[in-house]
Amino acid sequence: MSACSKLSALVRRTARNPNLSFIRATSTAAESQSKSSTASRKPPNLKKFNIYRWDPNIGGKPEMKTYTIDTNDCGPMVLDALIKIKNEMDSTLTFRRSCREGICGSCAMNIDGCNGLACLTKIDTNPSKDTPITPLPHMLVVKDLVVDMTNFYAQYKSVEPWLKTKSPPPQAGKEYYQSKEDRAKLDNMYECILCACCSTSCPSYWWNPELYLGPAALLHAHRWIADSRDEFTNERLAAIDDEFKLYRCHTIMNCARACPKGLNPGKQIARIKQLEVARPK
Amino acid sequence: MLSLRSRSRQLWSVSKLALASSTHLRKVGDPKRSMSTAYPVVDHTYDAVVVGAGGAGLRAAIGLSEHGFNTACITKLFPTRSHTVAAQGGINAALGNMTEDDWRWHMYDTVKGSDWLGDQDSIQYMCREAPKAVIELENYGLPFSRTEQGKIYQRAFGGQSLNYGKGGQAYRCACAADRTGHALLHTLYGQALKHNTQFFVEYFALDLLMNDAGECQGVIALNLDDGSLHRFRAKSTVLATGGYGRAYFSATSAHTCTGDGNAMAARAGLPLEDLEFVQFHPTGIYGAGCLITEGSRGEGGILRNSEGERFMERYAPTAKDLASRDVVSRSMTMEIREGRGVGPLKDHIYLHLNHLPPEVLKERLPGISETAAIFAGVNVTKEPIPVLPTVHYNMGGIPTNTYGQVVHIKDGDPDAVVPGLFAAGEAACASVHGANRLGANSLLDIVVFGRACANKIAEIQKPGEPQKELPKNAGEKTVSWLNKLRYADGDLPTSKIRLDMQRVMQNNAAVFRTEETLKEGCQLINETWKTFERVKVQDRSLIWNSDLIETIELENLLINACITMHSAEARKESRGAHAREDYKTRDDKNWMKHTVGYWDNGKVRLDYRPVHMNTLDNEVESFPPKARVY
Repeated sequence: MSACSKLSALVRRTARNPNLSFIRATSTAAESQSKSSTASRKPPNLKKFNIYRWDPNIGGKPEMKTYTIDTNDCGPMVLDALIKIKNEMDSTLTFRRSCREGICGSCAMNIDGCNGLACLTKIDTNPSKDTPITPLPHMLVVKDLVVDMTNFYAQYKSVEPWLKTKSPPPQAGKEYYQSKEDRAKLDNMYECILCACCSTSCPSYWWNPELYLGPAALLHAHRWIADSRDEFTNERLAAIDDEFKLYRCHTIMNCARACPKGLNPGKQIARIKQLEVARPK
Repeated sequence: MLSLRSRSRQLWSVSKLALASSTHLRKVGDPKRSMSTAYPVVDHTYDAVVVGAGGAGLRAAIGLSEHGFNTACITKLFPTRSHTVAAQGGINAALGNMTEDDWRWHMYDTVKGSDWLGDQDSIQYMCREAPKAVIELENYGLPFSRTEQGKIYQRAFGGQSLNYGKGGQAYRCACAADRTGHALLHTLYGQALKHNTQFFVEYFALDLLMNDAGECQGVIALNLDDGSLHRFRAKSTVLATGGYGRAYFSATSAHTCTGDGNAMAARAGLPLEDLEFVQFHPTGIYGAGCLITEGSRGEGGILRNSEGERFMERYAPTAKDLASRDVVSRSMTMEIREGRGVGPLKDHIYLHLNHLPPEVLKERLPGISETAAIFAGVNVTKEPIPVLPTVHYNMGGIPTNTYGQVVHIKDGDPDAVVPGLFAAGEAACASVHGANRLGANSLLDIVVFGRACANKIAEIQKPGEPQKELPKNAGEKTVSWLNKLRYADGDLPTSKIRLDMQRVMQNNAAVFRTEETLKEGCQLINETWKTFERVKVQDRSLIWNSDLIETIELENLLINACITMHSAEARKESRGAHAREDYKTRDDKNWMKHTVGYWDNGKVRLDYRPVHMNTLDNEVESFPPKARVY
């Protein structure tokens, strides 16, 4: 018996040992739940995922590669499927992922024609329909589902996403006071996770990705414009009062549909435009 | 904004040029591949290098930039993807915005929470600095929730009391709804941008560059974007690489929490401290493992068993659901064991929030309401959330002193400083959390000790100071190791070995432990480590080779896992998160000491160093050990 099979036999054996099983009641419950779906012996539900593959080391044209997995032996989310493919079928498949709970923004990609986070997108288990997965649209591809985010991050930096003040806090060594109402004005903006689902779903951004700031960066611009503590509101508005940076938004509103956090960048851009009209020039 | 994209491409080609002119380290080993696998290495020199760009790494990098140091921040993830982003509840500080408060009370709670394994000098430092650190974050622009007066809102959190445990529940946890980590990380990233901190994003740090005198001279890293290797020479190196939750099967931690910095230190012959103390968060979502913040109980949430009983009243009559995490996790496990778990398998517990006003849920717990809906299919205003104690945090890590300097045992001195090396955050063990961390003390830990590292470096080093040359062969061992893994052609895929390791850790180093489980755990984890020799890497490329990276991460995890299991097996007492059924009580006489675990050629060697019972000065007196009841 090889060392490895001995090991798994040991693990199996100890899992059956009744003296130990109670100790493990909680530790293995997470596992037993995922097992229980298979233990109930649901017939396999074979589902095809067509995944964009391109390897810079090989070059050439990208291809869509098909992987068939049993969705009854897989977690509920598209990220679970991708990890299953990587673990069990093809470890060369490359994608970004981290938190798996929709807060880090790593696993943004295009799933079944819509931008979203793989970790928050449920697998469409209908076996008669293939699910295509491609990188975020109109981005330079580094490898497979990994795209070059340099431009997107530089645009974020360009809105100067930090508090800018002219006077120190009223009481030295204390916080800037902010009313609950003023704080509430930051809701629906500060939650942005910089996944780029919105910007890369915007036809206007596809057309002018370097000149138009795009919904994500503009949402952040407004997050600081709307902050009652920030004292550079006018300067911030002036900095983006530009035919391309701001006004390439044609309220197509794909951004709001794409946002996995339920934010509405289009609405925030509209607010900026209103403020620009009222701004003393 | 002049054609940013072409600028990025241009930068890329510049680095290609740099590659061509840089020194070449030829791979040792397989002569057949010596031509195709020569690894070009780019050399950099900085005053300081920070590895990791979560809260601790960013705070250190910002501090270093402020002090005028030429600083590089190397990170395997874009900064806002770091796991700090997932912290929910908040950050503790005795601001006194809700009731009268005192940092000494916070210190008492932290010492008690640590089950007297925490170093009291470090705890004093952290708690005293806390109000300043939180105000600083607010001044940076962090969108804290507010009180009616417009001050920072502070909520109740586990293990927090007033007046040295005699004044009832404290409201000390400053928060931004239930997205405090997200708000904090984005705020710190903004500050780093403001300071034009130089980032090396998606660079995977492989090893420390140590010289023969035992000084750290920087790190060697792999650039995922083009597969090039980089040696970062620096007078000071700060490790802020986070924890290793992914050594377990079910963890709230991100896939990327793989203890890379810990393993780098261990490979360099440095010890890892108190790894047996692994925190199980009481409320991970059953099955998915996603975190439900302790703030949900801070805002009034209640845990109930299958009989609908609020069982925490029995285990912790005073603090109830807000007892510290080890206590709540053990209580939940006891309930499940005694047959009072919920669900068809009676293997989890319900967290009820449905009695809370919907406005409170909407204003203060919007994030977890969403998470519960997505991952448990639960409407929190109507139904309870199915939860289970889930691996969440590593109290242990690279041992440091109060100033973030890495220490080891040398010539009988248990506090000997490793020159040039610092650590902060979950990767470090200062040790402020001892045997059990209190909720909302980790966001505090990262900002306080990230800053402490920067301040200490400013104290002992000047910007632009000349540095020793790197040893000629610096990094050579790393390159041959990398090459070996890249062409690893065994019969076991990375994912298989990883799963074996995760099962062993989950089964044998769980909430409750016994001699039997731990002895067996040591044997199994040793065998799992041996199977790593048979790993197979399928992807042979260098650009974004995530197969290779996951394999390196697996080795890193295995090192952490082995030391964890052996440290746990050795500790014959129950303290904080380390609960032994065969040694049910704390044994201060024999075990009030830190475990330090070394990684000697694939074997674990243990030693011990004393707990610092002393405080920094006479602003507060040391808290002597006593029974820990909530």
